[in-house]
Amino acid sequence: MLLRNVNFHRFQCGFAPGNIPNFCTVLEHALLINIFLTVLYVSRSYSNSPLPDVQQLSSDESVSGKQVKPERKSVVPSNSRFIYPEFLPDPKIEWRNSLREKLERMDMIQRRKHIDIPEFYVGSIMAVSSSNQHAPNKATRFVGICIQRLGCGLRANFTLRNVIKHVGTEMKYQLYDPTIQKIEVLRLEKRLDDELLYLRDAPNEYSTFDENMEVEYLPEGAPVPVNPEMVKLKPRPWRARWERKDMKGLADLGLEDRFYERAKELATPWEKYDLMKQYRKTIPEEEQKEIFAEVYSELHEVEVMRKKLKRKKVFIKPTKNV
Amino acid sequence: MSTIFAARQFSTSAVSNHIMKLTRLRVVDNSTIGKQAMAEGKPPRCIHVYNKKGIGTIGDKIMVAIKGEKVKAIIVGCVKEQKPNIPRFDSNNIVLIDDNGTPLGTRINVPIPIVLRTILKEKTFSKGADYTKLLAIASNYV
Repeated sequence: MLLRNVNFHRFQCGFAPGNIPNFCTVLEHALLINIFLTVLYVSRSYSNSPLPDVQQLSSDESVSGKQVKPERKSVVPSNSRFIYPEFLPDPKIEWRNSLREKLERMDMIQRRKHIDIPEFYVGSIMAVSSSNQHAPNKATRFVGICIQRLGCGLRANFTLRNVIKHVGTEMKYQLYDPTIQKIEVLRLEKRLDDELLYLRDAPNEYSTFDENMEVEYLPEGAPVPVNPEMVKLKPRPWRARWERKDMKGLADLGLEDRFYERAKELATPWEKYDLMKQYRKTIPEEEQKEIFAEVYSELHEVEVMRKKLKRKKVFIKPTKNV
Repeated sequence: MSTIFAARQFSTSAVSNHIMKLTRLRVVDNSTIGKQAMAEGKPPRCIHVYNKKGIGTIGDKIMVAIKGEKVKAIIVGCVKEQKPNIPRFDSNNIVLIDDNGTPLGTRINVPIPIVLRTILKEKTFSKGADYTKLLAIASNYV
């Protein structure tokens, strides 16, 4: 049982097979090593970086057990992948490049130190001020609901939608674009779907927002509210066959039965059980932990700085009007 | 079985919403001819795009067939996907102009992309058509 346990940890930590004979000599200290490796295993959280080889470990052990202190466990909140989704790379294997991803993450943190990129979700109402060389005063501001958030790394982007003078207008922004001056979240909330592209087929009142909207603050530490609004679409034709997309935020579509029958024929309800597909579509949890452990301390610092500045801004002394 | 095979025989591609020949458009200025055509439910059709691609985008000059007449127009907003920082609209908007680039109407009631200021200035040459008059009648920019 003990042997199997040790072997299991060896496997998890990725030791080279050449080290097995060394490992056998260490079996006398198996219990100690087992504890040590468990500590290592927890603190490094499946680290892929090469570990010191077994011989070194055993000598460390023999000198004193107390020298080996467990690394400080980082306190990365579990919702980081929702707050900072662009820090996770594209899971497509052909496009992975660990060095490029690391450099991009460094650049992203550098950018975040200069401007405040707040937490937002699809469905939040945002305002973006950016420099625009074409504008007469060299700056523009656009208010709208975030209908799509795509991309990872420095290519992360989001799309805002608003109805201006009865014409639906959409604007795509790159999150790390150096021309952006300010990103404000006017109302922080989520909607029932991950993409709100069906607002293009909905009546205008669903995506009309006032340009001079005030910021709505949430109490500190409150969970992000989910807006359960159901959207009633205009009659067909639509930009997509929404009855086939299984959208949760759509009210009754009012179609004939044949549309729903066809949608049922084409549905793939077994795909949620396809573990391999899920694995290829996502970044594994261990890798996510590693990435966030690398960037979280700096991100947290930026966040604390931002809060301090905000507090300062809130309590501005009222000035006398002459 | 045969129906399944028939369904798999052809492929479909995503709609690209190009402005090309025979595309229906929306007149957004207040010229009489444009207003009448839109009110009758007979929006103008593009019959030529004055560029080498044959696909029009923001700032391109086109010729439209409107109420049995041939009129030139400038595209001031498209439905198709745009690059970052350039707006995308829910309709293909045009403004009617004459041969000198002077708009037929006196007011544009929809938002106009700011890039159009630069694009139209670049397309205007001295002694040629002056397209920048269109910018003066726009009510707001996006």
